[in-house]
Amino acid sequence: MITARGLVQTFHTGQGRKKTAVQAVNGIDLDVAEGEVVGFLGPNGAGKTTTLRMLTTLLKPTAGTATVAGYDVATQAVDVRRSIGYCSQVGSTFSGAYAGDEVVDHGMLYGMSRKDAVAQGQALFERLQLDGLWRRMPKNMSGGQKRRLDIAMGLIHSPSLVFLDEPTTGLDPQARANLWEHIADLRTSQGATVFLTTHYLDEADALADRIVIIDRGDIVASDTADNLKAQVAGDLVALEVGSDEQVPVARDRLSAVAETVEVEGRQVRGRVSRAGKVVPGLLRDLEAAGVSLESIEIARPTLDDVFLTLTGRTLRDAEADVPTTEGAEL
Amino acid sequence: MTTFLRDSGIVFRRQIRMNLRNPAWVIIGMLQPVLYLLLFGPLLEPVISQLGGNKYTWFVPGMLVQLGIFGAFFAGFSLIGEWREGVIEAERVTPASRAALLFGRLYRDLLQLFVQAVILVGLGLALGMDFNAAGIVLGVVLTILLGGACAAASNAFALTVKSEDVMAPVINLVMMPVLLLSGILLPMSFGAAWLDNLANFMPIRHVVDAVRGAFFGDYDLGTIGWGVGWTVALFGLAVWWGVSVFRKENA
Repeated sequence: MITARGLVQTFHTGQGRKKTAVQAVNGIDLDVAEGEVVGFLGPNGAGKTTTLRMLTTLLKPTAGTATVAGYDVATQAVDVRRSIGYCSQVGSTFSGAYAGDEVVDHGMLYGMSRKDAVAQGQALFERLQLDGLWRRMPKNMSGGQKRRLDIAMGLIHSPSLVFLDEPTTGLDPQARANLWEHIADLRTSQGATVFLTTHYLDEADALADRIVIIDRGDIVASDTADNLKAQVAGDLVALEVGSDEQVPVARDRLSAVAETVEVEGRQVRGRVSRAGKVVPGLLRDLEAAGVSLESIEIARPTLDDVFLTLTGRTLRDAEADVPTTEGAEL
Repeated sequence: MTTFLRDSGIVFRRQIRMNLRNPAWVIIGMLQPVLYLLLFGPLLEPVISQLGGNKYTWFVPGMLVQLGIFGAFFAGFSLIGEWREGVIEAERVTPASRAALLFGRLYRDLLQLFVQAVILVGLGLALGMDFNAAGIVLGVVLTILLGGACAAASNAFALTVKSEDVMAPVINLVMMPVLLLSGILLPMSFGAAWLDNLANFMPIRHVVDAVRGAFFGDYDLGTIGWGVGWTVALFGLAVWWGVSVFRKENA
């Protein structure tokens, strides 16, 4: 559904002698199969939205090629636009217009008749739990309703491929969870391929079949969430023992099954390859050695751990030190 | 062509719907020519009497061009609002042509200008302006084309700077010499020779002269030719700029 080879985007910042080139996307390759839900994960400024804008024909690639839904983004832009749905992170409707009018007009710009656009729009409103909001203005809607309206705009012409740019940014947890259900439903009820950008790890984890991680314009990983997490050295097991004397014993026992073990006070931590399999035996060993546990915690690796492993930085750190291309020129 | 007309029609209908939802601006737009004519026109009487002819035949063409220019110059402000809310990007990802996205908005501005022109001319005739059907039609057509040029340029500029704070002072900067050197309020020939010569470098002056000449039934080839030439050139340039900006990748 999407194939990109050596995709590059270079912006220019400053004027005259101070003009400098900033490469936002550094020649990435990307493949998305039909029916896949792909999460494009990275910190702010990593190149997610720039990549998405190139794939949706809003931005001409500086170099490289990409085909979307079988059409070249540079030479067959109109065909690409006919085939895709797009939900921008800033919204897509005018706050002072009726929601229904906006959706119908948008559908008609895709060549739909008014009658078809109204029918499809009303069906989408029902599916996206926007019933009764046809004659309401977006300025009078909640954040979650607005985002669902944006999705309705993106789906009005029944595209086979949907691009969602940070769909849940700024929503409260309940609205996010609700929107996730609707995004998951895109594939199940419509059979759509979904390409969504996000900087929320849990969002990518919950929604995507495959996660593509981008950092500083380069794709650093592409795999399922489970496989990516498996690249991190196992699950974290944290033991808290009853006395200081028991710490060395616990450390020795944990070292037998874990690669690296750290001690902090009465806490002994280490990563094991499969906690579910290893921990029962570990507990028996500790009991036999007379170690009494105050607590035990087992944590599966998160995508943040994956990002840390791949880039040497946490997502939060990465967001703090990315250069901005705001105000940049093409 | 059919697709272009259909798409620009969809954009136009949407724009008109939004305008009508905010009737205060529509009413202000309609009242503007009436107020100018009734409250400003009488002020010119002593001056115009020295030139000869009907004062409203002198005054209405200038007001017409002023409405065409100044109303249209502000068209870009609403576009910035739409851009900020993601509407422009949403439209640009549809298969609609970029020219249709611009022209749909121009139709709205030109319709408003046409209604204002009809009110202005109708009122002028009611107040005793000379009736010259062909001249009035030519004058209104030139004004609408000039208004289209200004609206297209305003939209292009708005989508380039994307900031009302930048746009407002620039429009004021442009409007001031246009107002003073185009003969909108009084014919430039009425002033000192050096000012008249300087005004020759102001394209809008030639449009005003052509519209005024047409209203008087004076179809001097040079005057009308320069006016039509500048109007068409400005319209073509501004539309080209507008479409280019809508087509530009980072718009």
